[in-house]
Parts: sequence; C-alpha cells; structure tokens
Amino acid sequence: MIPELGTGALLVALVLCLYGAVMAALGARRGRTAYVESAQHAALAVFVLVTTCILLLIYAFLTFDFSVRYVANNTNLGTPFYYRITAVWGALEGSIVLWSWMLTVYTLVVVLRHRTSARELYPYVLTVMLSVISFFLLVMTVAAPVFARSLPIPADGRGLNPLLEDSGMITHPVALYLGFTGFTVPFAFAIAALITGRVGDFWITTTRRWTILAWYFLALGLLIGGWWSYHVLGWGGYWAWDPVENAAFMPWLTGTAFLHSVMIQERRRMLRLWNIALVILTFSLTLFGTFLTRSGVIASVHAFTQGAIGIFFLSFLALVVLTSLALIAWRWDVLGAQGTLDSVVSRESAFLLNNVLLVAAAFTVFFGTVFPLISEAVRGVKVSVGAPFFNQVNVPLFLSLMFLMGVGPLIAWRRASLENLKRNFLWPIVIGAVAALVLRLLGVRSTVAVVALALTIFVTATIAVDLLRATRARRLMGERALPALGGLLLRHNRRYGGFIVHLAVLVMAVGVTGSQAWSVHTETTLQKGEQTELGGYTVRFDGLRESQESNHGKVTGSFTVVAGRGAGDVLEPAKKFYPQEQSPIAYVDYRLGFVDDLYLVLGDFARDGSHATVKMQVNRMVSWIWIGGLILTLGTLLAVLPEQRKTA
Amino acid sequence: MKRRWRWLLPLAAVPVLALLAYGFKLNPRDVPSPLIGRPASPFTLTAFDGTPVDLAALRGKVVVVNFWASWCNPACYEEAPVLERGWRTYRDRDVVVLGVDIQDKDEAALAFIRNFSLTFKNSPDRGGKVSVDYGIYGVPETFFIDREGRIHRKHVGAVTEQIFRETVDTLLAAK
Repeated sequence: MIPELGTGALLVALVLCLYGAVMAALGARRGRTAYVESAQHAALAVFVLVTTCILLLIYAFLTFDFSVRYVANNTNLGTPFYYRITAVWGALEGSIVLWSWMLTVYTLVVVLRHRTSARELYPYVLTVMLSVISFFLLVMTVAAPVFARSLPIPADGRGLNPLLEDSGMITHPVALYLGFTGFTVPFAFAIAALITGRVGDFWITTTRRWTILAWYFLALGLLIGGWWSYHVLGWGGYWAWDPVENAAFMPWLTGTAFLHSVMIQERRRMLRLWNIALVILTFSLTLFGTFLTRSGVIASVHAFTQGAIGIFFLSFLALVVLTSLALIAWRWDVLGAQGTLDSVVSRESAFLLNNVLLVAAAFTVFFGTVFPLISEAVRGVKVSVGAPFFNQVNVPLFLSLMFLMGVGPLIAWRRASLENLKRNFLWPIVIGAVAALVLRLLGVRSTVAVVALALTIFVTATIAVDLLRATRARRLMGERALPALGGLLLRHNRRYGGFIVHLAVLVMAVGVTGSQAWSVHTETTLQKGEQTELGGYTVRFDGLRESQESNHGKVTGSFTVVAGRGAGDVLEPAKKFYPQEQSPIAYVDYRLGFVDDLYLVLGDFARDGSHATVKMQVNRMVSWIWIGGLILTLGTLLAVLPEQRKTA
Repeated sequence: MKRRWRWLLPLAAVPVLALLAYGFKLNPRDVPSPLIGRPASPFTLTAFDGTPVDLAALRGKVVVVNFWASWCNPACYEEAPVLERGWRTYRDRDVVVLGVDIQDKDEAALAFIRNFSLTFKNSPDRGGKVSVDYGIYGVPETFFIDREGRIHRKHVGAVTEQIFRETVDTLLAAK
C-alpha cells in the first residue's frame, strides 16, 4: 500500500511543483497576481505532499513494512526504534526525500515572510525554489525511487549500515542538509535580482539572515560530522580531506566569503557582480557536493552507493551554472560597481583580501578533489591527492585569514590613518608577538603551531580592545560594567555576534593546532593483566567479555586507565559483529578532557581473553573544537536576533 | 567587457562540466590493473634501515609488495598490523613482505613503522619511480607476486587477514 501511496504523492507533487514554477514566472511577467497566488497554493500543496511522503516513509520504517525496498534494505527487525526513524535518511534515496522536504519547508517560510515584503523579486524567487524542488522530485520518482516495491516481500530486512547507528548520524545529515538547502534561498533571490534587473542591495539585506542560518547549519553539520568520525570511525581523527568532506567544506568557504563581502556592498555599494557570483558559486558547490557524494565519480571512504543519479545531478548542475552565467552576461551593464576602493589600508581591502583567500582556499580544495579526474583525462595517469597537499596549501591561507580576522573588524572604512592603526593594533600586535616568544621559550617547536597560537592571541586581543573601549564609553555615560557590556552586545548584535563567531573559530583553531602538533598514539598487544603507558596514561588490560545485543554480537575489552596518580577508571572499547557485515565494527571508548582525550580502540584478540591488541591515542585539545562549536552557536544566535538599532 | 563577448561567459563553465561528465567513464574504486599476469617490474630500493632491497633477488619466493604512506589514514593503519602478522606467520615459508612508502616524510614514516613495530623491510620510494612503474592510484595498494615473479593480484584498499592468507596460500600451493 505504502509504495503506491508514496509514489502517487510524489508524482502529484512533481506536477504541481512544475505548474507553480511556471505560474509564478508568468504572473510576474504579465502582472497577474492571481497567477502568483495560484503558484503559492501549489507551493503549499507540494509542502503537504512531500511531508506526507516523509511521514509515510517513517511509518513504513516503524512498522517494518518490507514491501518498500528502501525499508528492507536499510532496516531489520532488530533495528532499535530511534534508528528506524533516522534510517529514513540513512541511504541515498531517503536522503533526497529529507533534502526535498527541507526545501519545501524553506519555500513555505519564503512564502510567509516575503510574500508582501519583496513584491518584485518574490514571484521569481518562488519560481527558482519550485524549480529546484521539481528537480529533486524528479530524482525521487525516476533515478532513485524511494518508494520502489520489493518483490517478493522479504521476511526480514538487511539492516542499517552499523556505522550509522549513532546519535551523530541523527543530527549530522539534518544539520548538513539544512545548510545545503538553506543556500537555495539566497540563490533564488540572486537569480530573481538578475531577472528583474534589481541587483542593488535589496536582495542582499533580505537574505542576510537566511545566509547566516544556512552557513551556520553547514558549519554545524561539518562539526557533527567531525565528531562522528572522531568517536565512531575509530581512527582518532576528525577531518581527513576526504572528497565528501571537501564537498561540504567548499560551499562553507564560499558562503563565508559571501557573508563578509555583502557587508561591503551594504556599506560601500561595491562588489555587486562579485556577490551575485559568490552566491551562485556557493549554491553550485552544494549541488556539486551532492553530485560528488552520489555519483561515484570520485573514490571516497564514505560515498553513497552509486547509480544513474549522477547523470541527473550533473545535468542539473550544468543547467544551473549555464543559466546563471547567461543571466549575469545579460545583466552585465547594471552589475558594475558604484563605489571605488579609496585606499589599500582600509576595511574594504581587508575584506576583499579575506574574500580572495577564502575563494582561493575553496579553489584549492576543489582542485585537489577533482585532480584525479584531471590527471586521468589529460595525461591518462591515475593519481591520488592526500592530506599533505591540502594541508600544505591551506595552512598558510588559513593563517592569513586568521590575521585578517583580527584586522578586518577594527580597521577604518575607506582609509585607515596611522592613528587608527596604532589605536587598534599596537597592543594586540605586542601581545601576539610576546605570546609567540613565550611559546617558543616554552619549547613549542612547530612553527605552524607557534604562528597559529600567536595569531589566536592577537585576534582575541583585538576583540578585547574593541569590547573594552566600547564598554568604557558606555560606562562614562553612567552605566555599570556588566549591563554596559550586555547592552552593547544586544544593541550591536550583528557586530558582536560576528565577534563571538570569530572567537569560536579561534577556539577551534587552538583545538586543531593542538591536536595536530601534540597528539600521540601507539598500538600494542597486551597480555591479561599487563599494562602499558602513553602520554601520561597507564592502561592495563583486564580481560574480555562477550554479549548479545538486539541486532549484533559484541566482544568488549576491559581496560583500567590511570592518569598520573589518580584513581583508576575503566574504559571498554568493543568490537561489534553484525550479521549483515563481513568485518566487525569497532566501538571506540574514550575519555574526553580539556587538555587531552584518551581514546582506545580494540584490535585483534584471543577468544579466551588471554591477550588483546589495543590502539591507544592521546589526542590533545580536540575538545576545544567541539567547545568552539557551542560558542559558534551562541554567536550565530546573537547575530540573527532582530536588530535593535538601525545601522547608519 | 564588450557587449558581444560577454555571452561567452557561460563557456567558462564548460570545461569543468565536461571533466565531471568524463568522470562517469571511470570507476575509481575498481581499477583493473593491466599488470596482472605480467612480470613484476624489477626495482632496487634502500630500506629505512639502510639495507638494500632488490626484487629480482627474491625470484622463487612469494612477494607481497605493499604501497603505503603515513598520511594514509585509516586504511594503511588498519592493514599495517595485518601485514606484520602475515609476515611473521609466513616468513619461514618463502614469503617476503616489502613495504614501499610513497610521498611521505621520513620522520612520519619512521614513526609509523615504530608504532606498528613493523619488522618487514620498508623502503621510501624517493622520486616515486616504483609507484609509477606499478601504476599506483592511491595508497594503500598491494601487489601479490608469485614465485616466477609475475603479478598475481592487485588489491586496492586495506588488506585484510583473509585476503592475505587466501592469496598467499594460493601462491604457495602453485608450486
């Protein structure tokens, strides 16, 4: 029953979606509001239908309806309740359902929010949004039919990929997709701006919050992905420059560039073309990301299964890129700049440089990701690009970006005087330089680590200088210190939200630097009762125990860990044996700390429990990355609060 | 920009799109090696411990050549203990395991060898000549060479205990 209902709903949604896209555009061209209203109704109906589809799918999972092939492939009778819900987006077909559903939600919000406020752009925005949804609905009905029937109906399903049975997998795709799909809204506005020729500031100010939210969710998705990789995959890292990770990182980089460059357009009427191009690029990169993860064109450790779907995504990507570029060419004359750059030493140029660096970083990541293809196409030689390339190229870029993070928010617009520079940067530079010296004296050998940490301190100092000065100004007006600070944050929430996000990035930078420079690991085989030592931890192997869980068997190793002279603590890494998987899945056990994490992975073992191999890692300061994520959330919240003060 | 020329703007995207389309013709996971059944290309390298390694001198033995790098995480980290165990189990039966470290830094590679207490010979492939001869696409890749010096099997990705045993047993059985 469910396959028929679902497929039917999808088909009706597809037809309505195409209808709405056409009607909205026609309505705008002919000035018929009735057409646009009809398109609105279509959008609403599409939302209801796609919601129905996702509910049907959840229902099928909850009731073990194996007549749906997707359910049979991704669950079995032993899959726990909550993972049956997350299994909805655990594989290719379902992930596209979730994706389209989010798009329909965003479209609904656009209808509610911008129906009257953005009269001229709005119909075209609707057209673009509905067209994008149509594409995904097409994929769901033709290329990756999620409601395909399984014949004959199996008695039990195959089961979810065990690696996906983790809380990170509940939130990671959701956050990531909210980010990916979120960029559709600014993109739709940019296209609408091009079509109508209203390429001024309006579309940018209207989509500011959308962009920040999309950007934030993408960041959150990346962070949760890193966390998942860190505590599930069992290799002790959080980032591997895998093509799939790169796919999500590239739009984040260009999205970051866009968030900064729009400020110049708002203030100085510059960079119109650049901003439109950036948002188109960002959206195209989200499509490229989906293409990459689902086409199987580039080898990756965690790509989805491959299928005909790649052709669909590539065609759509081509359509988007070519149409957008043609629109830019058409509107070339009105996209010219109105303001000019007054001085190289100014906030504009700091932001410009920031943009150049971010786009350069995105380009190098893109280049490294597709290089295997280029090499094979041009020279017929198969190559692979590993972490060393990405690190070598990106570390200098990111360090420069950190420096600009300190300079950009404080340097004067138009032309910075020597006085302005001295007032803002003298102390931070002194403090940063002293910090570098102290770190060297403390015995930090890695130059990259010294530079990164000194830059962190420099940027923190610039933020502190700004806050101190602004608070003092308010205190002179008679306010007390804390209310003054609070009032400042709320009244200039955009600026200080940005500052807090910067702080978050710094905290993460400390985590990345620390973990790269000071982590240690080893792998040893221990007899029962034998102990070993690593990075201040003593680990003793106490034995093995076997158990049977609802959908897998498990062998758990017991290790007593003593840090320094403290009391013992028991860590229990395990190996899970799933009937549907050939090789066992490692279950990592770890102890997180502010300074370091102890991380144990159970390797091979003797069945009688007499000895076992254990992989031990002491990862320094990784927790700071996750703490940075929390601060990032706070900063973003502050930045998207409704503005209390009109900017001058 | 001249009015007419601007219409060429969309053309800028064509090479990238064409490249991605070209990608469909390839299957990066399953690279059929033309080397299967061919004589393994001979090489001489200097191992990290300073001793010479000469493939030609190992004719008559079953040789497992493993290409790896310390930055190749997690696959190389997964297979290192497997290779070491394989080497210890089979070393008395005319089986040799050779590690070839590619595109790596010496300190990192030495730390890798120390961490996994690898006892089979590992050599840096300076200049990458050996990797080119063997058509290495990505690390890890492992070649199983029979007693006559022909490449019997190429494995892409981490070698598992099962693959190692099965392949080496087959090669040992084929006297």
